[in-house]
Amino acid sequence: MEMMIEVQDLTKYYGPTLAISRLNFKVAAGEIVGFLGPNAAGKTTTLKILAGFLAPSGGAARINGRDCLTQSLEVRQSLGYLPEAVPLYTDLTVTQFLRFAAQAKGVEAKAETREVERVVAACGLGEVRHKLIAALSKGFRQRVGLAQALINTPPLLILDEPTIGLDPSQIVEIRQLIKELAGAHTVILSSHILPEVSQLCQRVIIINRGQIVASDTAENLSRQLGRGSRVRLTVPGPDAEVAAALRKIPQVQEVAGEGEGRFLVVAANDADVRPQLARLVVERGWDLLELKAQEFTLEEVFLNLVTEEETTEEGS
Amino acid sequence: MKDTGSFLAVLRKELAIYFTTPIFYITGFFFLLLGGYFFYANTLYYSLLSYQAAQNIQLASHLNPLQMVFRPLFATLAVVLLLLVPLLTMRLLAEEKRAGTAELLFTYPLTDWAIILGKFGAALLIYAIFLGFTVVYPLAFSAVGQLDWGALASGYLGMFLLGGACLALGLFASSLTENQIIAAVTAFALLLLFWIIGWQQDIGAPGWGGFFGALSMMDHYDSFIRGVIDTRDLVYYLSFIYFFLFLTKRQLESRRWRA
Repeated sequence: MEMMIEVQDLTKYYGPTLAISRLNFKVAAGEIVGFLGPNAAGKTTTLKILAGFLAPSGGAARINGRDCLTQSLEVRQSLGYLPEAVPLYTDLTVTQFLRFAAQAKGVEAKAETREVERVVAACGLGEVRHKLIAALSKGFRQRVGLAQALINTPPLLILDEPTIGLDPSQIVEIRQLIKELAGAHTVILSSHILPEVSQLCQRVIIINRGQIVASDTAENLSRQLGRGSRVRLTVPGPDAEVAAALRKIPQVQEVAGEGEGRFLVVAANDADVRPQLARLVVERGWDLLELKAQEFTLEEVFLNLVTEEETTEEGS
Repeated sequence: MKDTGSFLAVLRKELAIYFTTPIFYITGFFFLLLGGYFFYANTLYYSLLSYQAAQNIQLASHLNPLQMVFRPLFATLAVVLLLLVPLLTMRLLAEEKRAGTAELLFTYPLTDWAIILGKFGAALLIYAIFLGFTVVYPLAFSAVGQLDWGALASGYLGMFLLGGACLALGLFASSLTENQIIAAVTAFALLLLFWIIGWQQDIGAPGWGGFFGALSMMDHYDSFIRGVIDTRDLVYYLSFIYFFLFLTKRQLESRRWRA
């Protein structure tokens, strides 16, 4: 498979502070990858290095086989970058700014108007195109930021927190827009919002304290890191008695009563205990209202990973 | 070809910002207001002397509008320049850093030279527009008196080169900080230094006098407004401009290897 991004032992110090430490990952062409982590985990630093804005202290990052530091100009030709704070030239109008972006990215004079029109339409900027950027709302500014990244259809899009600070309906719109971009572009986006990443991205890279703690598809992460399968069960009956009976099933590790006949059963070693549970309930003559395998949400996986790391660190 | 394109892209963007922000209109207004006042005052003095010369033949032979009206005008406009240039250049790089747009500018496929020359070129064009308006003064004067246009052109060339040198220095000052005020103060202080450095030779500091005089912006300017174009002065201004643009480039590059 053709690799769009290759990152090797990437390290960055800000003065004495270590921001990222020996990161290694690859992104294939056409992939949408989410970069997930709590604030100050090193997401933005990594993306800035990829975009050619910062130099790494150690290691190397390559885009399309070209080094981000030594072949900066070529690398910058092949990417669109939306910085975290969405900095824009507020003294220009939307069209003026997008024209500048087109010229700066080397769009030919003949194609310039067409290219600006294309991104204006794609990002829904038609009604504000002649307004000064200073007068735009946060949502529109975000779209202008995205529009400038899209100009000249770069093979790689680097989007740093593309939906931060937007209201819910705008978030939905921007996510839709990003989804539509898949295919034509490779996208790497950072976020600390988990549902967003699991919705948008084929693969998630979880980063904490400057190190990668996991990298896989959202589903795989939930499965692998869930540690044992969970079953949600609703049996209206004598709570204590039901719980005691459930605990007697060999593979059941834990039963948590949640009141009003609801239980959360955790099975050891990924065993599927649903048949045993169903049989038991029916044999005892109780009513079975609900029996459902429950996956770990990305949120839980994430918290698990991040807190686990902290405890091991404190232990050592 | 590609480089010309990126240079023009930066140039157009900077011009668009100059024309939407008030700084261009305000500095232009005061530059022309002060210029107009000095022109008026000098012309008034000149006409007064002309009346006296009507009775005094010897005085009449010394009367020269270029020497009496335009040379002092150029000299005072140079002082105005010293005050206005930091205002024109302070935004150029400092604001990019403060507003974070540097992150866009430096991640577009633009070379450092395209960025620097685009910004410098835009400031120089703005300044040329101001200068263009002052051509009204000699035009008005020529309606009533004779002018040596060649010598006048030499004065304008001097004004243009002096302005270019000041702008290059101002651009460098703007690359040092993300605060526009600090950029302006730094530019002003450095300009003042290059202004007064030539005074050393007047006090007669042995040996060094000539050296400091050679560095002085004003000493080189003086021959232009006397109507003399000397290669030494041309070389001085051109290397001054190149030196500060080069320092600016080094300053931009340091962003990549620092931290």
